[in-house]
Amino acid sequence: MLIRCFATLLVLFCLALASNVPARADALDSALARFAADKFPESEKAVGELAASGAPTAQKILEALSDNRLYFDPSSHRIYFKDVNGALFDARTGDKASAPSLKKVRVNNGLRSAIDAALGSMTLAAPDPDKRIAAAEAVFKSRDVKALANVEAALARENDPRAAEALRQARAAIQLSSPEASEADRLAAIAVLKARGDQDAQSMLDAAAQKEQAGPVRTAAQAALSAIQFRLALWSGAQNLWYGLSLSSVLLLAAIGLAITFGVMGVINMAHGEMVMLGAYTVFVVQSVLPPSLSEWSLAISLPLAFLVAGFVGVLIERLVIQFLYGRPLETLLATWGVSLILQQAVRTAFGANNRQVSAPHFMSGGATVGGLEITTGRLWIICLAAIVFVALQLVLRLTPFGLRMRAVTQNRRMASAMGISVGLIDMLAFALGSGIAGIAGVALSQIDNVSPNLGQGYIIDSFMVVVLGGVGNLWGTLLGALTLGIANKLLEPFAGAVLGKIALLVFIILFIQKRPRGLFALKGRAVEA
Amino acid sequence: MSLTRRFMLRATGALIGGALALGALAAKADEDTIKIGILHSLSGTMAISETTLKDVMLMLIAEQNKKGGVLGKKLEPVVVDPASNWPLFAEKARELIAKDKVAVVFGCWTSVSRKSVLPVFQELNSILFYPVQYEGEESQRNVFYTGAAPNQQAIPAVDYLMSADGGSVKRWVLEGTDYVYPRTTNKILEAYLKSKGVPAEDIMINYTPFGYSDWQTEVSKIKAFGSAGKKTAVVSTINGDANVPFYKELGNQGVKATDIPVVAFSVGEEELAGLDTKPLVGHLAAWNYFESIDTPENKAFIDQWHDFIKNPKRTTNDPMEAHYIGFNMWVKAVEKAGTTDPDKVIDALIGVSVPNLTGGYSTMMPNHHITKPVYIGEIQADGQLNTVWQTPGTVVAQEWSPYLEGSRDLIADWRKPLACGNFNVKTGKCGG
Repeated sequence: MLIRCFATLLVLFCLALASNVPARADALDSALARFAADKFPESEKAVGELAASGAPTAQKILEALSDNRLYFDPSSHRIYFKDVNGALFDARTGDKASAPSLKKVRVNNGLRSAIDAALGSMTLAAPDPDKRIAAAEAVFKSRDVKALANVEAALARENDPRAAEALRQARAAIQLSSPEASEADRLAAIAVLKARGDQDAQSMLDAAAQKEQAGPVRTAAQAALSAIQFRLALWSGAQNLWYGLSLSSVLLLAAIGLAITFGVMGVINMAHGEMVMLGAYTVFVVQSVLPPSLSEWSLAISLPLAFLVAGFVGVLIERLVIQFLYGRPLETLLATWGVSLILQQAVRTAFGANNRQVSAPHFMSGGATVGGLEITTGRLWIICLAAIVFVALQLVLRLTPFGLRMRAVTQNRRMASAMGISVGLIDMLAFALGSGIAGIAGVALSQIDNVSPNLGQGYIIDSFMVVVLGGVGNLWGTLLGALTLGIANKLLEPFAGAVLGKIALLVFIILFIQKRPRGLFALKGRAVEA
Repeated sequence: MSLTRRFMLRATGALIGGALALGALAAKADEDTIKIGILHSLSGTMAISETTLKDVMLMLIAEQNKKGGVLGKKLEPVVVDPASNWPLFAEKARELIAKDKVAVVFGCWTSVSRKSVLPVFQELNSILFYPVQYEGEESQRNVFYTGAAPNQQAIPAVDYLMSADGGSVKRWVLEGTDYVYPRTTNKILEAYLKSKGVPAEDIMINYTPFGYSDWQTEVSKIKAFGSAGKKTAVVSTINGDANVPFYKELGNQGVKATDIPVVAFSVGEEELAGLDTKPLVGHLAAWNYFESIDTPENKAFIDQWHDFIKNPKRTTNDPMEAHYIGFNMWVKAVEKAGTTDPDKVIDALIGVSVPNLTGGYSTMMPNHHITKPVYIGEIQADGQLNTVWQTPGTVVAQEWSPYLEGSRDLIADWRKPLACGNFNVKTGKCGG
């Protein structure tokens, strides 16, 4: 009896010893079995188990799950993951594998948050400080109490100041939202969040202030909250100015070509928007014929091409239609309106009615935060492009013989003709220049708007408003007109809403034109009336 | 000379004779076919969405002809182009019914185009199948609505976001384009959210103009609204082209689906095809059909579509499925009635049940709307939508929303003897 008892104990002891070693494997197995069920609650539990298991493949599995690269075999219930290159691995062993019929493990937003939190907690010890900062940021977002020990440990050994700051913020976020944290800890957390001072911090402090009934934590949270709100309000003013600047650059690009054709030749070119659209389609064509290795350069290649394509079409329109209608503005307006419809339908027939996907080169996507300002890289490039186009155009008009002749024709057509300038040729070239610049605008707009046959229609009215407001025939006027409209629009929008803001702006322009029919910068001189 | 003249005469005579013969042939063909009108814009702003529907109708008609047509007659499509011009829709509808004598019309996309053709269909007593999700508040004898009413799309989507699965959302941004569908849908949603105990300060409603492209301010407004310590979601009724720059801006400003999810009612596979979807993974769309739904019917439909359009990259979407259902319902009803006479077909259509593409059946109800399952999908990196939630069965349309003051007591039932599209159950009168 005693021996049997002893034997049983011995067996149990051995079992305990044995099970101590593969405990990790058991957690891994259980987690993988849950993934095979392909149900969101099961998968979420599995993510937690996997994070706690410490299995060597856990991080790879979680990353694969987050990128939709985790698969299961419906018949054998085994789990596989693919690496970034598409090679298949067995999730349990981490070895290369092959399996015929696999289904993806589905992911939803709740699951994605859980994965981010788990991965954040696991990569807090990564050798790369940027990865540690990203991990700390993930923990900051998740506020997972279980990660607190990891954060403390990481903080103790952290020597990179930026990473340490991120970790302190993550710790603060956890402590503020956890009911177990002491009052002193929470007050310290509020101070850290106040120093962070962004919308996420505001959101957490708001939640904390609402949860506390009374006491020093609530007062501290409220004080920190109002400090952040004041700061954010200041920044949002600056942010609106930036948005206004960005809108102005788009308006300037779209309108500056029109300022030339409308200003120099007095031609109301309703097909101007379609030149913009042709420029955008040039980007699409360039991107579809360019080999992938050159895709970063697609926009640089498109810029001169778009100028040429739109400029060429401009010349065609001028030679075939407009030159017969000079001095008859109403007929020009109707004829170019017809041309714009023809061009739209031609593009629709050639490329289809659907939007075309134009991808952004790597250097133009994403954004950066400067202080409290969100600067999107694509918009920044467009502002630069608008500035470059404006300066280049000024130089052409001021310093080249062609520019001189163009200005002469603008100021006094008949006198210029009498001085031996070929007015017809200048008209044609000016039209080509204006249309070509519209093509360049199209390259920029392809990055922020739909590349569809209707692209140009959305900009034609705004372009005319800019030119009319700025004063016909003056590029500085166009610049000022674009800046006024863009910034006024964006400053009005937060208060009035997008629809009312636009209406208010139109009313303003109507009133302004009543007062100053020639716009901000009117050309002065005896000949203007001629 | 005379020879030439005689030759000319003869040639002219032969030509005239030929033309007459051709005309007679054409007339004969007329009698042996049933004409089907297709009223979708092939040019103008709506061409982007409606051209696909014209193509899917041509495919369905060709398939039906391969099976021998309907009532032993071949089907003949008559395609017209109303050019995204609302009054032109009415003219073209009149042309289809009065001149071409079509038996049925499949068409329209925007609500305003549907409203513009309604009087024509009533006057000339014909049948219109309308395939797009819309704001409800309508039921007409001559119209069959195969798209979703608000309770078949918007309300289930909000329910999902309020559930634990959807993230227990407490704060809502209702963002829409400024016209009738978003305004009515948002009115219904606002009333619904308030009935669920959401306080007014947790609902923000924004409208933007058609084709709006500079979303910077709107997105930063959403971000600011979302940082008030409560889980926030955006319900988007943004229409058509404006969606692409909206999603681009969301990606640029780093609004992730895990922070502030956006659920859209007008964004499908077709819209996503013009977009780099990697920054958008996890944002949601609510529809009654997704291309990614794995059923044998759907697979066959997609293969057929790719063969027909000769482009394996073209996507399928929800309004296409609506036309598929509507067309099959019409075929079944005509076969049941034994004639294409509008009055008989209108009566025969009620109660007709046909398979949809998601593995179930859709039935035409007495309110002229169909039963539909509701799916919530998440945008994937490959531009497809992956189902994360679905209603357990099909949902019956509430064409008159119970959440709106004016329509609470109205019902539609086109069966005799009631035969009324806006019967007031309180006053017992037809007509609101």
